[in-house]
Amino acid sequence: MLAVFQHFILATAVLLSVACSPGALNDPYVEPTVDSGASVESPVKRSDTAQSETESSSASFVKRHPPQVLYTAFTNRPKHLDPAQSYTSDEAEFTYQVYEPLFQYHYLKRPYSLEPLAAAEMPVPVYLDAQGNSLGDNAPAKSVATSVYIIKIKPDVKYQPHPAFARSEQGELLYHNLGAEAAKYRSPLDFKVQGTRELKAEDYLYEIKRLASPRIVSPILGHMGEYIQGLTDLAKGLKTKDEALKKEMQAKAGALTIKATDLPWLDMRKHELPGVKALDDHTLEIRINGKYPQFIYWLAMPFFAPVPWEADAFYSQKGFVDNNLVLDWWPVGTGPYMLTENDPNSRMVMSRNPNFRGEPYPAEGEEGDAAAGLLADAGKTMPFIDKVIFTREKEAIPYWNKFLQGYYDSSGVSSDTFDQAIRSSSDGSAGLTEEMESKGIRLETSLATSIYYLGFNWLDPVVGGGNGEKEVLRARKLRQAIAIAVDWEEFSQIFTNGRAVPAHGPMVPGLFGHEPGEAGWNTQVFNIVDGKPVRKPVSDAMKLLEEAGYPGGLNPVSKQPLTLALDTTGGGPGDKARFDWYRKQFAKLNIQLEIRATDWNRFQEKIRKGNSQLFFLGWNADYPDPENFLFLLYGPNSRTKTAGENASNYSNPQYDRLFEQMKTMPNSPERASIIAEMTDLVQEDVPWLFAFYPQNFGLIHEWFSNVKPNDLARNDIKYKRINTELREKAQNSWNSPVWWPIPLILFVLILFALPAYISWKRREKQLGLREDLAQGGGQP
Amino acid sequence: MISYLVRRILYGLLVLVGVNLITFMLFFQVNSPDDMARLALGGKRVTQESIEQWKQERGYNLPLLYNSNSESTGHFVDSFTETIFFQKSIPMFVGDFGRADDGRDIQYEIKNRALPSLALAVPVFVLGLLLNITFSLILTFFRGTYLDLSGVVLCVLAMSISGLFYIIGGQFLFSKTLNLVPISGFDPGVEAWRFLLLPVVVGVVAGIGGGTRWYRTIFLEEINKDYVRTARSKGLSETQVLSRHVLRNGLIPILTGSVAVIPLLFMGSLISESFFGIPGLGSYTIEAIQSQDFGVVRAMVFLGSALYLVGLVLTDVAYTVADPRVRLS
Repeated sequence: MLAVFQHFILATAVLLSVACSPGALNDPYVEPTVDSGASVESPVKRSDTAQSETESSSASFVKRHPPQVLYTAFTNRPKHLDPAQSYTSDEAEFTYQVYEPLFQYHYLKRPYSLEPLAAAEMPVPVYLDAQGNSLGDNAPAKSVATSVYIIKIKPDVKYQPHPAFARSEQGELLYHNLGAEAAKYRSPLDFKVQGTRELKAEDYLYEIKRLASPRIVSPILGHMGEYIQGLTDLAKGLKTKDEALKKEMQAKAGALTIKATDLPWLDMRKHELPGVKALDDHTLEIRINGKYPQFIYWLAMPFFAPVPWEADAFYSQKGFVDNNLVLDWWPVGTGPYMLTENDPNSRMVMSRNPNFRGEPYPAEGEEGDAAAGLLADAGKTMPFIDKVIFTREKEAIPYWNKFLQGYYDSSGVSSDTFDQAIRSSSDGSAGLTEEMESKGIRLETSLATSIYYLGFNWLDPVVGGGNGEKEVLRARKLRQAIAIAVDWEEFSQIFTNGRAVPAHGPMVPGLFGHEPGEAGWNTQVFNIVDGKPVRKPVSDAMKLLEEAGYPGGLNPVSKQPLTLALDTTGGGPGDKARFDWYRKQFAKLNIQLEIRATDWNRFQEKIRKGNSQLFFLGWNADYPDPENFLFLLYGPNSRTKTAGENASNYSNPQYDRLFEQMKTMPNSPERASIIAEMTDLVQEDVPWLFAFYPQNFGLIHEWFSNVKPNDLARNDIKYKRINTELREKAQNSWNSPVWWPIPLILFVLILFALPAYISWKRREKQLGLREDLAQGGGQP
Repeated sequence: MISYLVRRILYGLLVLVGVNLITFMLFFQVNSPDDMARLALGGKRVTQESIEQWKQERGYNLPLLYNSNSESTGHFVDSFTETIFFQKSIPMFVGDFGRADDGRDIQYEIKNRALPSLALAVPVFVLGLLLNITFSLILTFFRGTYLDLSGVVLCVLAMSISGLFYIIGGQFLFSKTLNLVPISGFDPGVEAWRFLLLPVVVGVVAGIGGGTRWYRTIFLEEINKDYVRTARSKGLSETQVLSRHVLRNGLIPILTGSVAVIPLLFMGSLISESFFGIPGLGSYTIEAIQSQDFGVVRAMVFLGSALYLVGLVLTDVAYTVADPRVRLS
């Protein structure tokens, strides 16, 4: 008994000693989240022999008190940080902070508009005809053979400190011929000397050539190859050369196979790309085929970020690749941040780039921004945050609880936590619960630049376009009937907690071409009652169904209910409710819906081969131009016929003609009127059931400011600001350890153990007949 | 014994080839190299040229198991070597796991992730073993009494509760309500103990029910044997009987069962690591299956099978150590 008591005292003493240690015990960060008053140092090690270039630029780095650290999370690990390859939002979180394309989206203004980033100004394209003669700004697309973009680049823009630029006193690159020594390095920060250099136009040229590299496989090569002059030929030439080189190396080495990493560096400077030229250090010329006004939006993506040849050469050294020390994992940019810790499985850290030139916070925004405090920092030099710690959170529960403890500065709202965070007001608008309000949390909602739809396969004989006027009419009426019956407002309430806006057409609200209000409402599906759209009754749908030749939803030949098939992914227990809902909607028309759930590969295969009937899909905007949504229904983009993005294989010559006309037009009333006409066409034809535009809900702590949801500007961290004092105060008050239950738990455990201990002692006395015998090996 | 081990290792190599072949066939039954390329390149604007380029770049542009094109060149061997199976499998037997689809070195990843996995799995394993043995001995001591009965009932209750409940309950109580430990996270340095405390406690507690019941059965089987009666007749106390004789003999099945598991501790725990944010190997295979990364799938299945085989050999060796009557031949 005494021993148990001693253990209890010891355990309590240990717990109390831990309790007395500084900082919250549940702090998930090893670095103190609470400001220690220390200044932020550049994470880059510099030697005494570091070249003056680095020293001078680093000297301009102002020490700040206290450091602003942003704590955020990522769920899916990034796969590529090479700007030529990276295309997902998981990766954009990192690449956009490091790389600086030529343009960026204005952080505050809506509708979304571009502004210069690394470029000095917005370019005006020059249109040339086939003979090279200059045409006017409003030249019709048909007469334009080439569009020329001459882009001026800002001077004195410096790259982040990086060993790829480090040079000796004689001017030789220090770390470009490391040989076997390369294998000892794990990160660019391991190198003693760091260097930098000024951004040049040739760096953009180098990156554009990299899109054609056979060793990278850029997802936009096919698309850009259609426009940038000479890109496809460059890609073909490089591929042929690489294949020949591989064969030669294979023959020499007698190896089974030659991997891309075995090949020597592919110096893009040695290969010509006729469509892109660096006219001087600060002027870039890009020539594209025809007229493609949307090209400028591509120039705001990291695909068109600068890559210095030194970085490409540096990372191509043998020995680096086994330690993942490659450009794909350690980006080199001119942006406000640089990657200083890279473990995509656990944690990524970005630190302020000491060579960043500084950029003024925007002085203009949209209405309400000033009142929301979003213009308080107007003109101040960005970035404000010194360090960003991204922690991987695979599960929603720990993520949410850490947000509530103040260890994450913002959070999304999952369906599990929706009821805890959000309450609906009587007018239907979303507000915060008292618990959230008491913590000073605020809610930011925004409509995503995305659309979800249920598509009909135009090649299907029942629901598709049909052959002959009679068939076309029959199939259209069937689709129109289904469009009325499937109640997306109900879907939104049940499956998205109301975080979706019913869609009336292919254009997303907030983008040019979307018609707000009555003009844009889909009158094929909705009646307008008291100035509001109200879904038509099912009786209207039944009437249309009868006109389509399915009276009462029955097949006129077999007299059995019409059966349609919906292809979808999933099929687990979590999807059952959704599938039942779909069946219920079609059952309103007495149509039997067969759900064909499969994996993503087979689903895509069916869409590709045109073997589906109905399917559910969505689209996220690449850029804020109507072309990026309307091209999803453009006939020549048919998925089955041309592997394009028109998954429905919708084909309507009138729509196609209007699309071609609208595609190259500047935003104008005339363009808006064509888009309205196209919208009317698809509302009547119903190649899609326009389901909904998803709405993003974000929760922000009160110490996190300058936060405005922006679906397209991913380089948003530089605008944001943290009030570290406020955060520290909140964290301290929310996370005080509660010790009293621990002794109580121990006491209860002892209470449980006590009867056993007493019983054991008693039994020992009864059974231990001759302990002296036992100890003496049987001898008394 | 040496010849026995050599024989087992040779058999093991054959098993590894078989496992590799089955993994290969199952994987490509569900996915094709084109599917892999499509998923890796993203859902937008993927052209057939990009797909072909991706496949060529990663060596998936060859036939799966048999290359009929090689017949025309007259090199019969090439028909088998110029295939995805051969090109991807052979390097593994010389320790080259290759690269994941995202370009990262698989060996580097495994090395980096194995330590966090072990940091969680080893304490859970050792502490769990000790506690389970202790509790089962106590129950054995009180066999047939109300204490034993209530202990067994508690064990069954503990076994019936999902492991996820222990994790979420532990996080709710100790991290969220009492604020004593971080909810999730990890540190590769000395601070790791702060992050491991809760997952280890949860892991041990979650395993107590099943472990105690199992070991109790083993000890109860031993307690009625002749040598125990002899020990009692010598006049030893029940505690001495249990700790000196029953425990030692009961340890043989426990030890051999546990030794087989030791190498697999490297593979980590999927749910615990996910919820506690431990960057181990637990989710590596599942994530690879989800992203159709054949390189990682085959490497992890290969490693898992190799470790399992090592575990079986160690079990055999452990038998000879635990029971001198057993001889390997």
